[in-house]
Amino acid sequence: MSSQPVSLAGEPKIDLAQAHAHGLTDDEFHLIEKLLGRTPTFTELGVFSVMWSEHCSYKSSRRHLKTLPSGGDLVAVGEGENAGAIDVGDGWLAVFKIESHNHPSYVEPYQGAATGVGGILRDIFTMGARPIANMDSLKFGSFDHPKTRFLLGGVVAGIGGYGNCVGVPTVAGETMFDAAYNGNILVNAFSLGLARKGELQSAHAKGVGNSVLYVGSATGRDGIHGASLLASAEFDATSEAKRPTVQVGDPFQEKLLIEACLEAAQTGAMVAMQDMGAAGLTSSSSEMAARGGLGIVIDLDKIPLREATLTPYEILLSESQERMLIVAERGREAELQKVFEKWDLHAVVIGTITDDSRWRATWRGEVVADIPVRALADQAPMYDRPVAAPKTPPARPAPIKSHPAPARVLRELLGNPNVGSKKWIYRQYDSLVLSNTMLGPGSDAAVLRIKGSKRGLAMTVDSNPRACALDPYLGAVATVCEAVRNVACAGARPAGITNCLNYGNPERPEIMWQFTRGIAALRDASLAFKAPVISGNVSFYNETEGRAIPPTPTIAVVGILDDVSKRVTQHFKTPGDYILMVRTAKPSLAASEYEAMYGSSPEGLTPIDLARENALVEGLLGAIGEGLIRSAHDVAEGGLGVALAEACFNPDKILGALIDGLSTSDAAELFGEGPSTIVISAHEKDVVRLGSFFQQNGIECRTIGRVTENPSLSVGGASIDDDVNELNRIYESALPGRL
Amino acid sequence: MKWGVIRFPGSLDDFDAVYGLRDVLGQDVTALWHKDESLQGAECIVLPGGFSYGDHLRCGAIARFSPIMKSVAKFAADGGLVIGICNGFQILTEAHLLPGALTRNRTLSFICDRVHLRVENAKTPFTCTTRAGDILAMPIKHGEGCYVAPEKELLQMEERGQIVLRYVDAKGDATDAANPNGSMRSIAGVANERFNVFGLMPHPEHALEAMLFGADGRKIFESIIAFQSVPEHRGQMRAGAK
Repeated sequence: MSSQPVSLAGEPKIDLAQAHAHGLTDDEFHLIEKLLGRTPTFTELGVFSVMWSEHCSYKSSRRHLKTLPSGGDLVAVGEGENAGAIDVGDGWLAVFKIESHNHPSYVEPYQGAATGVGGILRDIFTMGARPIANMDSLKFGSFDHPKTRFLLGGVVAGIGGYGNCVGVPTVAGETMFDAAYNGNILVNAFSLGLARKGELQSAHAKGVGNSVLYVGSATGRDGIHGASLLASAEFDATSEAKRPTVQVGDPFQEKLLIEACLEAAQTGAMVAMQDMGAAGLTSSSSEMAARGGLGIVIDLDKIPLREATLTPYEILLSESQERMLIVAERGREAELQKVFEKWDLHAVVIGTITDDSRWRATWRGEVVADIPVRALADQAPMYDRPVAAPKTPPARPAPIKSHPAPARVLRELLGNPNVGSKKWIYRQYDSLVLSNTMLGPGSDAAVLRIKGSKRGLAMTVDSNPRACALDPYLGAVATVCEAVRNVACAGARPAGITNCLNYGNPERPEIMWQFTRGIAALRDASLAFKAPVISGNVSFYNETEGRAIPPTPTIAVVGILDDVSKRVTQHFKTPGDYILMVRTAKPSLAASEYEAMYGSSPEGLTPIDLARENALVEGLLGAIGEGLIRSAHDVAEGGLGVALAEACFNPDKILGALIDGLSTSDAAELFGEGPSTIVISAHEKDVVRLGSFFQQNGIECRTIGRVTENPSLSVGGASIDDDVNELNRIYESALPGRL
Repeated sequence: MKWGVIRFPGSLDDFDAVYGLRDVLGQDVTALWHKDESLQGAECIVLPGGFSYGDHLRCGAIARFSPIMKSVAKFAADGGLVIGICNGFQILTEAHLLPGALTRNRTLSFICDRVHLRVENAKTPFTCTTRAGDILAMPIKHGEGCYVAPEKELLQMEERGQIVLRYVDAKGDATDAANPNGSMRSIAGVANERFNVFGLMPHPEHALEAMLFGADGRKIFESIIAFQSVPEHRGQMRAGAK
């Protein structure tokens, strides 16, 4: 039975103007009136505006996301929950997801980044998994932009301040500086947790009459309309004034929540659990009820508040952090409350699961909202927005006049913050806590052992916005290939993908074109590598004053090592070892760091043959499995020249390399980026057999030089002949030198 | 040997200490809850790393008032062995079981890195399987690890041998560049006057396995085990903890 909810004294009149102020269109407002059969109250309008925001409803992207492959032999959870999960073996599931927190981090870098980490962690432990690893992908503006240092310092401190304090190691990441992000930085946070098979928690409400428990921090005024007005709109000169829409995090509360929720899950009294993320209490309650096909009634007078004066509108829309909603088996509430009491956390029964499929909130004895559950969670408009390729070709840097000497280029590339060491950043993150980190930040991929098992996990996060700007399809394919290659270089078989799709305003057809090309690429690459997309997030409206960021699909890949002791690292190990180059195609200078520094060449991006990319990965895994590979390093920013130098930077002992099998007259050979190249080192006796793993599939694999005791990197005689210790110094000071 | 690892709200490396002692070193370990008062017969108490109480007010300032800390103080007064790692070290200084204080790193940022430590006093229960001058590699990960104490007290501590570990470079020299956080006299670990309470900022429990960080941290725990295996040493305590 639906009753007419009350309007409260002093609330504004509900009309189209008020709907517009809430970010709703005319059509959306009329649809709300139709679904309700009446005009919404002010509280209900607020609730609809957040639930139907782009951020919560995926209204522009949903129909495209459905085309991504999300199933497979290893997939335990592919959709419909807060994160995806893959079966690692030995009774373990890996639960992971990546999510954006771009706009909040630009407006308030410390809290924006911190709460990004907090939010993604809750998506993991709400599944009953213990978070064991975090990663981050960061994009900042040019170093010459006045805000960049401030934003970099704040974001890094925020990620560390939160991650370090909750006791989850930050094990990998990537950071890039480019003027295209001057007005809209990107902060994408990834988290991975482990759960025992059969112990995953669901976010599906079940059991009419079961109790709804509110646990965690009290509700305040922070973050109201974070999802709708901040995350789902472009930036302009007034954006700084939206600072109060940024939430404030408390990692200590989060740590208590992690322990308490995982302990409470063990009682068996928990039916379902979901974090209060974007759109807070409203989204968690309505989504849990919708997934279970049930209704829910919430008594707002029971909500723990930071201030007694919060209105129903504010309580329902607050995005205060570190709060969870739990459906408890009726009669067993006290078992759960006892656990939360132990951890000094609120755990209050605030509502009941009903059979009427309505989402209702009461306040001071009166109904203040009464909405069909499906209208909030499932019936948001789904748009098929127009798609059109841009009429003008993408901008390229000015043409290069002459190619500088390779020796100079190598030094300048290593000293470029996009290429050089990111130690200044990751030294501020705890990468060791929980005692699983076998390979931490600074590697192609992080490698974690799983205690009590021979198995391990490798993970990496990558993006390639410059290639995506030239070709949003090819660039996205290249990104997946790079991420897959990174985990394969560590010896792991890619098992699952999560993505954070950062694009501009989807109401513009050329942005939707970029987005749909990115989705097509992700689908093709996912199928080619048999690595399903098990979770993800879309971030639209990444533009400032009409200027969109380059299309930036951020891809994280998780791989499985059957025997983690066989992991491979990127550094040369033993003087005398052969150095081999394995590649699927000749790289190109297009979209490379070289091009950004010195100017563009006429060539475009090298096409990618996904079957060959997969053959390279299979060859690599086969050879590592037989123990033929001493080191493997993916060629990325800065090309082969930089990869060779990095392979020499062995922290145990700096080594050198004598490279005589490369042409140095062609800048693309040494500094080109693009489709796959890997630098491998191997013992002389293994070289022939190693080569067969690639050559049988037509993949080029050839010896280009030897590892030397003498710490000097020599390429093509005198073309490059430099002291590795000095190159390492340049590499290590690239970032601190600019701060 | 029986160990007790205290779990405060916000402790993080308690898992690592329990795992390392039990699964790597084969010890008998009990996790102790901070609201309890019993030490459950442990022969050595570990205060682990982390952010107890979210570092609110000051690192360790609130945890020292947890009910279990009364028992720890009594246990220490009776001669029981207590080791505080990172946040545990901070709690021990706040509780006045160890001299000095730990303040913000001079970089004003959190630092996670590999450091080298030189054993300055190998005659303590925590270092008795090492030799003076031995170099140990361990990780640090803290934002407030800059050790300070009044100059007069530092001099006395030097004389008594209470400065147990110093930050040094790979060659063993206590250079300024090798001092990660600005600690006075490059101090990384100190003991009390009786040498039964020890605190250090580096993490020996994260340096127990070659496949992870390396295994130099074993020396600290193996010293405690070796010390405790001597019957006379056990007799110094009144029949262990209650």
